[in-house]
This record gives sequence, structure tokens and C-alpha cells, in this order.
Amino acid sequence: MGRAPSPFATKIPYEEKNLKIIGSNPTARGDAVDKVTGRARYAADIKLPGQLIGRVLRSPHARANILSIDTSEAEALPGVKAVVCRDDFPDMEVEHAASGELMVNFRDVTRNMMARENVLYDGHPVAAVAATSDAIARKALKLIKVEYEVLPHVIDVRDAMKPDAPILHEDQFTKGVDPKPEKPSNIAARMESKLGDTVKGFAEADIIIEREFNTKPVHQGYIEPQASIANYTEGGIAEVWTGTQGHFVFRAQIAKLLKMDLSKVKVIPTELGGGFGGKNNVYLEPLAVVLSKKSNRPVKMVMDRDEVFRATGPTSGTNVKVKMGCTKDGRITAAEAELNYQSGAYAGSSLPLATITVFTRYDLENVSVVGHDVTTNRPKVAAYRAPGAPMVAFGVETVVDEMARECGMDPIDFRLKNAAKEGTQTHFGPKLGPIGYIQTLERAKAHPHMKEKLGPNQGRGVATGFWFTLGAETSATVNIGEDGTATLIFGTVDVTGGSRSAFAMIVAEELGIPFEKVRTMSGDTSALGFNFMTAGSRGTAAGSMAAVTASRKAIARMCEIAARKWEVEPDQVVWEDGRARPAGANVGDFEPMTVAELAKEASWFGGTIAGHAEINVAQGGPGFGTHVVDVEVDRRTGAVKILRYTLIQDAGKAVYPEFIEGQFQGGAVQGIGTALNEEYIYNDKGVLENPGFLDYRVPVASDVPFINTEIVEVPNPDHPYGIRGIGEVPIIPPLPAIANAIHDAVGIRLRDHPMSPPKVLKALKDQMIEDAAAQGTAAE
Amino acid sequence: MLPGVIYKGRQQSEHVNGEATVTDMRYEAPETLDAAVGLLSSESGVAKVFAGGTDVMVQIHLDMIEPDLIVDVKNIAEMREVVEEDGAWRFGAAVTGKELMDHAGFNAAWPGVMDGVRLIGSVQVRGRATVGGNLCNASPAADSVPPMIAADAVASVIGPDGRREIPMADIVTGPGQTSLKDGEIVVSFQLPKRPPHSGDAYLRFTPRTEMDIAVVGCGVNLTVDPDGTCTAARVALGAVAARPLLVEDAARALIGTKLDDDAMAALAAAASAACSPIDDKRGTIEYRTEVAGVLAQRAASIALERAKS
Amino acid sequence: MAKQYVNTTINGDTHELLCDPTQTLLDVLRDQLDMTGTKEGCGTGDCGACSVTMDGVLVCSCLVMGVEANGKSIETIEGMADGDELHPLQRKFIDHVALQCGICTPGLLVASKALLEENPDPTEEEIRYWLAGNLCRCTGYHKVIEAVQDAAREMRGA
Repeated sequence: MGRAPSPFATKIPYEEKNLKIIGSNPTARGDAVDKVTGRARYAADIKLPGQLIGRVLRSPHARANILSIDTSEAEALPGVKAVVCRDDFPDMEVEHAASGELMVNFRDVTRNMMARENVLYDGHPVAAVAATSDAIARKALKLIKVEYEVLPHVIDVRDAMKPDAPILHEDQFTKGVDPKPEKPSNIAARMESKLGDTVKGFAEADIIIEREFNTKPVHQGYIEPQASIANYTEGGIAEVWTGTQGHFVFRAQIAKLLKMDLSKVKVIPTELGGGFGGKNNVYLEPLAVVLSKKSNRPVKMVMDRDEVFRATGPTSGTNVKVKMGCTKDGRITAAEAELNYQSGAYAGSSLPLATITVFTRYDLENVSVVGHDVTTNRPKVAAYRAPGAPMVAFGVETVVDEMARECGMDPIDFRLKNAAKEGTQTHFGPKLGPIGYIQTLERAKAHPHMKEKLGPNQGRGVATGFWFTLGAETSATVNIGEDGTATLIFGTVDVTGGSRSAFAMIVAEELGIPFEKVRTMSGDTSALGFNFMTAGSRGTAAGSMAAVTASRKAIARMCEIAARKWEVEPDQVVWEDGRARPAGANVGDFEPMTVAELAKEASWFGGTIAGHAEINVAQGGPGFGTHVVDVEVDRRTGAVKILRYTLIQDAGKAVYPEFIEGQFQGGAVQGIGTALNEEYIYNDKGVLENPGFLDYRVPVASDVPFINTEIVEVPNPDHPYGIRGIGEVPIIPPLPAIANAIHDAVGIRLRDHPMSPPKVLKALKDQMIEDAAAQGTAAE
Repeated sequence: MLPGVIYKGRQQSEHVNGEATVTDMRYEAPETLDAAVGLLSSESGVAKVFAGGTDVMVQIHLDMIEPDLIVDVKNIAEMREVVEEDGAWRFGAAVTGKELMDHAGFNAAWPGVMDGVRLIGSVQVRGRATVGGNLCNASPAADSVPPMIAADAVASVIGPDGRREIPMADIVTGPGQTSLKDGEIVVSFQLPKRPPHSGDAYLRFTPRTEMDIAVVGCGVNLTVDPDGTCTAARVALGAVAARPLLVEDAARALIGTKLDDDAMAALAAAASAACSPIDDKRGTIEYRTEVAGVLAQRAASIALERAKS
Repeated sequence: MAKQYVNTTINGDTHELLCDPTQTLLDVLRDQLDMTGTKEGCGTGDCGACSVTMDGVLVCSCLVMGVEANGKSIETIEGMADGDELHPLQRKFIDHVALQCGICTPGLLVASKALLEENPDPTEEEIRYWLAGNLCRCTGYHKVIEAVQDAAREMRGA
């Protein structure tokens, strides 16, 4: 995935201790009152005096060369203050960087945000304007004349891999193939990962199952469209307020794309209205900065909903082949997968991540994974909550279900027999540390859900998921006030609203002061050291490491102040229950000093009290989950109703249990949406037909039941509070669990996503025809 | 400036308070039918009748239409009434879905029509949407239209040439097209007085439980005699052709029967046979044809329950 | 000019405005009156983030013309709390962690309030179907439903 983790990464060992605050569910959340009263300010809520409104002109074609762009009429329209297109942005060389869980290539990033030679998807930006009103900006777009040479396009990943497919990039030769191919290809890269010997493994198998699966792209579906406001000051500083999951990464990208010094770009992350990985990429920001520079005024840009679907980043559509073998008593002997992932218009899908997750719930000796990253005429894909994982889980977890049934085993027992555990060697390198996979399986088996009786056309399905937790650069500062209160400035983005409260609990626990005495604040890019994107489930896990580190540095400082006051050595002062105390009676009979007392005296004894953390957190703390779902299938219409849903996941130690449940429930419902009805639908011209919430069908409240959740707590040994990332695992199992449940209900296996009513009905009819034919032959 | 008075002026690139405006769109809210007809017929550009706005506003937002004139009909009393006259109901084309849902008498009389109204959009949409708009937007998938056709509703229309009546089934002629002439407005709908032991129902198929456009819709209205034999029936289908359909063969399959298994099978076959749907992002030909028969049966069962109770 | 005089009451306060017919009520609230609590998620009435009530009826403000507000009484999220005192629904949403990113929360609260005013004792199914017009991507609706049920209990019993 992304970049190689640093060998100097920070790990702070887990300490079992009596916790006073962590694990409670504080209702005094820092963000909640503003959100329920409508006072919380998201990017689109911000207004700067004198601001202009910016809008983007987008390609109506899936693939075309741009022959000319004439913006003169738009520029002449009264009220238009700036127009930009490719000429206003420097070209970029090939250069890779991590942006959340996926990598980006700057040569492609600049082209994705503003087309240069050609357009490669319906919605590709071609120009942008800034005007005194939204209406004038929209009118101006209509006056821009673009001459296109429309070219053949390709949408489906399998079609794009064919030798006669239209080639998107003449300079793209498949990487990872030796010798280097002579002809360009839509296959940007080939990856391989192996362990042991699958040929031998299959030879040992009594049962071999080989299946092929196809999935369509889905979108994160955050309710807040992208919005940014840029103010390019006369002094050459670009201030950008934007909805982002990583303001430091965005700053770096904006600076690079516009060839500005980092120190001249300041990004302020606004309260985020949902990201799920989709706000790890710049879209509007560089355009707004350049429009602001050209017009000498602030420029505000907000996407319409159809722009969000057409031109931000959905997931990959995929073609996945899975082949697994097991002995008749249920031991998996070999596992192979071929993953064909489309990356959209430019290379770089979640293929590497999918490769990591595909079999990692099982303790296997013989594994082979081959993958292809394929460019197609769709928007460049972005991360979506466990990017790449649901698609492979669809394959592997349903094949595992088939194998279990062939062996006559319960699907949970089959998984228990093959479960990954501490010490399991993965095929991509590391051995797993302590994990909670087996516990989630056992708790699922024992759950009351399993006792619910199933009626006609009802069925139960099980599936499991795995995701890691990113570490990466994280910086935070704890400032101690003279009144004994603490302020944590955090640099991750609180994408869910709950992390800031988790941080406050942790700082309060570390310092030994009440939760209410800790305030958390989001720091912009000028306030802190670098923070990587909030992605890879790292928001609370990594952010809290920095909070702990910063707290302990502040504590060390306070002990130093006490030591100076008492005229003893710093190591003779300890911190307990929110006070500096002498380490022992022999040090001296000094009254313990509170945070407030120390803060008051600090300046005399050497300075103010703050603690800084600038660390690179070690990756780790993988999370595992088991899901159980009951469905009912309407045999006459193919409608699938979710009757009951239970999920059990290892969260490491649960800092904010109710919030964790909320994350579990939200991820599961996104997974249910993916399974049943969400998909990108393109017409034969390569134009997206459903760029809106009417026909891009996310679950509504009446589509889902209550989601039962249980938290398993196997502490992450590399985190002081044992925290694991939890946000991504929940979205992985629903798709295969529902597929398995449909099979249990009506005996059909669906391998073509989404499992929408027409597909279910067709599969039922095909099954009826097959059964009738079989009966016919049996009768003969 | 006086409240409610519309000040007209130059349209293009006017500067007000330092901000340029480029709007071409005017808004009028007449209080009489004649005034409304006058505005529509004298408009040289594109004029839209505006009631709930739940289709027009979306189309403006998506740049599908650029009206020059919006004629808001919500101040015209006759278009907002719900009236019972001797067992027969008449309701204005600009009565909102919520107003109909809150009307106990109408709900009791025409539960099938209300099945359709209740399925339009969301609670928010139904707070504004009207049967007049649902009809005149002329989507083949409109939810209130099949049960209104099944109910044998008649639309009262006013235009530059005066008043006329059009049966519900004859209004939508194709996707987005109606048989209305320029300047005409649907004023109200008249539903006939029903014989005793009558019942109606509407069902639709959607992938989600709410918020979707119907993939198939079916309205059934029937009357039975005291021993349960069907004496009259009307069956209408939506979303399976270029326009909502009245399917006479489907009705014939029911009349004279007690809706036994054979009759139901014939009903489904007739419903499926009447379909000439398209493949689109909401459903396939095969799927719509199959499910039309299923829904016809299920709607007929509900209508029968209601007729007997 | 094509702008029209609009005299409207919002959360009990009178406003006199000049509105262009192309402005939606949502545009007027957010851009003209700086009342940004009501959100735009889709602009086409499919997500409910822009929910307000107009003369007591729950509507999507993106589907109402700004000029239609003339003579009407609008209630938005900003009017839900009584000074410092949060409405029971607002309190219960916080207590039950029924919000995460919070972008859909104003719309959900306005819609839930309208529900409980019409039906003070809704079943789980009735709540889900009433709120079907409000999309949420973070919570999976679970804690939202629990919060509404709890608020309804308090508002009935207290």
C-alpha cells in the first residue's frame, strides 16, 4: 500500500491500567451542540467579503482530444472576473506521493484537476470561471467554446484489458512485466504476491472451487459536496478553507501543483460533512487559488451533486477470480486470486490494498495473488472505506461459504478451523500480532441472533473482514493554561466528529484532570508539524498517539518546573492523579502541585508549559470483524429485505464505545447499500446516467433494521491505550454476507454486483429452468 | 415598494447593489383561472405552470428547462379545494399530497388513489407535490396516475378556448408529453360516485423501500356483488410503456370471476402482455414485463379486500 | 429589475427582502440571510438536508422558490432551540450519538420535529418511513431512530 512504513516509526507499548475517563461516553462532545443547532461551519457555510463564485466547465464526452478552447466570450460577460484553463496551470513531471491509502502521480493529478491534451471521462474539468454570482458563473460556462475530437472510449475493466481496446495513454506500458512490453496498454501495472506453492497446495485439496466475480464502481456518497474557498492575498499567500481529510497533504499538493513554496500555502480544514476516503484528493482547491490570484478576490467553489458523482472519485469496478482448495475435513490448502481493478482515467487503484486483504483472515501456507491496475474512461478512483476490500471479500467469503457447505461444516466453524491468529505469516510480508479474529467468530456463534428462527424464503449468511490501521506522520500540541485547563491542538481531521472527544478523554486521562477541563482544537497547516491524511482508520488511533506523546511531554515539563521549585532532580518528581509529587518520602516533604499551580509559576521557573509531538506512528493494530445477516427474498420480484444484522468487531480497547458502535453501524449500512443497489450506470456513450441521489440508490432509513453490534477488545500492543483503527472493517463483510444469506434463503449464488432485484429474479428463473431440466433428466 | 407587486424591468446584466443579475425568469401568482390562462397564452417564451414545483424546480436545477415565465397557480381557489358532492369527489389539481393525506373523507373513499399519492417522493416532497403536477409532468412512472386512471377520473381543463373535460387516461401521450393545448391548465379532477362493495389499490415496485421512481406501477379498481363476483374492474399500469396504460384485457380477466387462481393467472398474463417497456437505468424490459403481472395480482387482491370490507 | 419584494417570517423574525425568481428558498436562507444551518446536499429534493417547515409543513427548501416565502412563516434548524435550551430532539441526538459528521443532522432534526408534532407516538417503522427523505451516510440510521424514540417518550411522558 502507499509508501513503505518507516523503520523509525513510533510504537508506545500498551499498558493495562485502571482507566477513569477512557471508555465512558461523554455527552459533552466538542462538536455536538454546534452541529445540532446548525452553527457548525462546513466549507460551503463560509463566506468571505468580496468573494466571487467559481464554477467548472466539464467535458460531456468520455474520451476526446481537446483541439481548442476559446474563453473570450466568457471573459467578456459582465460580472466575470477570471477564467482559467490548462494554460493557467504548469505541467507536471511524473512524481509519486502518498495521499491517504492510495498513491498519486502529480503528472496525473494536474491533468485530473484540469484537462490538458485530452479529456478522459464524462465530467473531466476543462475550464473554470469566477464571477460575481452563481448565475453569471453558470452563464459564463455556456459561453466557453471547446472543440473536441471525440474518440472511442472504454468503460468496463475486462473490455479495457482486451488487446483491441481503445488505449487511454500512449505512454503507458504495463509495469511489473518483464521484459517491458512494446505496445502501450490500459493495464498500467501488474502485481504479484506469493507464499509457498499453490500447485502443491491444490494437489492436496479434495475440494477445489473456482469462481469469477464482477463489481461495479460505487461512490462514498458523502452528503456534503466538495467545497473550497481560496483567498490569494496581494502578498502571494494562498489561504484555502476546504473540506478535506488531510489539510497538510492538500497543502503539499497545492504547493506542488501551482509551483508555490509550501510556506506560502495555508490550508484550514473545515468541519467535514463526510469523506470516507473521497476527500483525500484535491479537485477544486488549486482551481480556486488560481482564480483568486487572477481576479484579486476570494473565490468560493461548491460542487453540484452531479459533479460529485461524475468527477470526484468512486471506487474501482472490478473483475475478480478466486480459486481455493481444501481437504474434506475443512482445512484450506491453497488460495489463488486474480484481481483486475480499474483505476479510472489515470493509473493507481486500490489494487495493492486489495492484495493485502484478500486472504488475510486465514492462516494459509500456499497463496498466490496476481493483480492488474487498469485505466478506463471513468473518473480517477479514490479511496472508499477499506478501498479494494469489499470486492475481494465478495469473492473469497462466498467461496469459503461454498467450501464450508461442501464439507458439511458450519460456515463459522470452517473459518475457525482456518483462522488467522497471532503469529500467522501473511503472504505480503509481516506476521500478525495479537488479533481478535477468533474472538469475533466465537462471539458471533454464541450470539442470540443465531437462535432466531428463519421462515420460508429467509436465509442467514456470515462473512468476515480484515483491515489494517495506518500510522504515518502525526503532530499535536498540548498547551497548559494558567487556570489548569489543557488545550490539545490536533492535526488529523476529525472526520466523524468523535475523534476530538476521544483525544480529550485521553489527554484528561494522561494529565489526571477532568474531561471538561480539556479543550480540543483543529490546527491548520501553520499551527503544527505535518499530519498525514486521516485515512486508513488512523484518525483516533494515530491521532491519540500524538496526543499521548504531547501530553507526556507536557507532564515532563511540569515535573521539571516542580523539580526546579523544590530544588531536586527532575527524576525525583513523579506525576500522579493530576499532580506533581516527590517520587518518594526521601526526596522531601513537598505539597503536590496541581496543573494550575504549576502553570502559574511556570514562567518564573523557565517558561510556559506545552508538549509537542511530531511522530511517525507505526502501522499496525489490524482489525477483524464477523457479520451475520438474515434476509428474506421475494421470489416473484427479486426484492431482498434485510431482516436482522449483527456485527462483531475487534476495536482494541474501546475509548468511546458508543461512537465506535455508530461507526460500525454506518459502515455496515454503506456495505448493505453496496450489496443491494448502489452502482455507477453508464450509457453506450460513456456518460454517467445516474449522477444523483435519485438513481444512485443509497440506503434510506426504511431500508435497514437496527444493526446489533458487539465490541471485542484485544489491545493493540503498540498503542498505549490499546486502540486499533475501526472505521473501515465494517464495510467489508456486508456484500458477501448478504450474498451468502441469499443463497441460504433461495439457493442462488450471485456473483455479479449489485445484487439488485432484476438480477435476483433472473437467477431464480434460471435456477427453476435448471431444476426442471435436471428433474426431466432424472425422470428419464 | 408594495408587497406582492411585481416590478418588471430590463432583464439582462442589470446591476443591483453592485451585483449583476442575468435572470430571464419572471414569476407571477395570479388569483383567477382567467388571469392564469391569459398569462400562459400571451407568453412568447417558455411558460411553466407551477404548483408544488417538485418536478419543475428539479428540471431548472439540472438545466433541462429554462422557463421565461413561472405561473404559480396556488392562489387560485378552485384549484385548491377538496369537495364531496353526493358521494362523488372533486379535488383541485394544486391540492398537495399532504393535504389529500390529511383528508379523512377522501382517504376513506379512494384508498387506492391515496396509495399512489403516498408513494410520491418523501414526506418533504408530498408537502408540496400535487396530482396535477404528477400528471402533467407526464412521466410514465408517475405514481398517482395509474390509480386515477383505474378510478376513471376525469380532468377538468381550462384554456384560451374555454373549459373541457378529458378522461385521465387520455392526458399523457408520451414521456413528458400531454394532450393539453398551449395555454391549458388542469384545474381539478372529478372521481365518480362508487357503487357499494368497491375497492381500489395501487402498488409499485422500487429497488429501495422509498424515494425511488417506480420500476412498475399498477392500479386496480373493482366492484363486486354481494356474493363476491367482480362486476366491474379497471386496471392501469405505469412505467411499462411510453405512457400510463389502461389495460382492458386485464379488467376482462377479472369481471365475472371471484378472482380465483385462473382469473389471477389471466390477469397477470394480460398485464404482462400489455407492457411495451424499455431497458433503462431503472429496469429492464424482461423485469418490468414479469413484475407487471405480479403487481397486478397483488393490487387486485388488496382491492378485493377493500371492496369486501 | 426582475427581483421581487418578499416579506417573510423566519423563526419568528420578520424579514423584508428582494429576491430573484431564480433563487430557491434554500439560496435565500443560506446566501442572502447567512442562515447556513440548512444545508444543500443535492439540490433536487432527494436528500432532505435542506428540510425546513413552511406554514407548518415539512418541505425541501431547494424545491421552493424564494419568492414563494412571501407572506409565509418558515422554521429552520436555527429556530429549534429556545435560547440556550436545546429541544429534546437535539438533546437526545447528542445523548445517543445520533450524529457523526453532522451534515445531515439539521435536516433530520427538522424532519423529526415535524413527525413528532403530527404523531407523538410513532412506531419504529413509522419513524423510518417518515425519515426516508433524509439521507445519512455516517450513522446507518440506528442511533437516529433510537434518539427520536427517546425524545418522543420524553415529550409524551414528561
